[in-house]
Amino acid sequence: MKLEYIVGIIAILFVAQFFYGVLAHPNAEFGGADGEAENVITAISPDYQPWNPGIPTFEPPSGEIESLLFALQAAIGSLIIGYFFGYYRGKNQSVQQ
Amino acid sequence: MHIFEGFLPSPWWQLWFVFSIPVILYGMYKLNKLVSEKREVVPLIAVAGAFIFVLSSLKLPSVTGSCSHPTGTGMAAVLFGPSITAVLGVIVLIYQALFLAHGGISTLGANVASMGIIGPFVAYAFYKAAAKTNMNFYLNIFLATAIADWITYVTTSVQLSLAFPTGGSLTVTGFLSSFIAFATVFATTQVPLAIMEGALTALIMKYVVQVKSDVLVNLDVLTSDAVEKLKGAMS
Repeated sequence: MKLEYIVGIIAILFVAQFFYGVLAHPNAEFGGADGEAENVITAISPDYQPWNPGIPTFEPPSGEIESLLFALQAAIGSLIIGYFFGYYRGKNQSVQQ
Repeated sequence: MHIFEGFLPSPWWQLWFVFSIPVILYGMYKLNKLVSEKREVVPLIAVAGAFIFVLSSLKLPSVTGSCSHPTGTGMAAVLFGPSITAVLGVIVLIYQALFLAHGGISTLGANVASMGIIGPFVAYAFYKAAAKTNMNFYLNIFLATAIADWITYVTTSVQLSLAFPTGGSLTVTGFLSSFIAFATVFATTQVPLAIMEGALTALIMKYVVQVKSDVLVNLDVLTSDAVEKLKGAMS
């Protein structure tokens, strides 16, 4: 079977497990697992205070801006991947001719 | 897998830097050497780095009711080995720490250790071992990267359990009970994502074989016989 079909089936199964998750956990917020780990830390060590290393970092002022930056990250990456695959494909074709 | 800023107390954040910095330095040396000796691999390094960029930005929902993200480091690990992957991972992690308040500078050493070093090392070791058994190339890539993705999150659970053992002092039982708590959050959520990542990496590697197989031979990822066979199967 073509690899593309297998990956397609895995992608469909992935979507299915998400919908199953929505049904199985009707109250789930689908927040980040990284944030949930923070709750586990608080449960284990209630007195722990995260310390500040004093290095200024930019905190996205809203969820929208955060998703903008994540989308930008994905877009830059996809652009690079697409550019080089297209370049090689075109180059191979012109060599064959 | 990102441990947030300030969420690793002393001496753990320092220890993970001590672990990660030599690997990163060695990776920079190897990267320099690779680029100067084999200039034709540079675009592939960019693609592997970009793949980490894309996959680690995608927060995907999991059956457990929370979201997590793949790491994308398996591809670079198979192509260039774990130390160069660590360098690529650092770039992504610094970007996310500085601009996205995701991860942190104090926890960078620990986050590089899990996503950039230990996960990729497992992918690399698995790939090389399975390649000797003549496993199907794409199945090998799928398994190597899926396992690496999952191991990355298990590593994060270990890191947090060492720093936050149940009961306050680091004992075997305290460590294990914390590990179960962290692994429940990370390792279970990650299973469907790891499978998805393995499948995507196998697919992108198929396209690398298609358009730039000579580089794979050059990098000792595949023998030229194996490339011929894979290309024969495509047409």
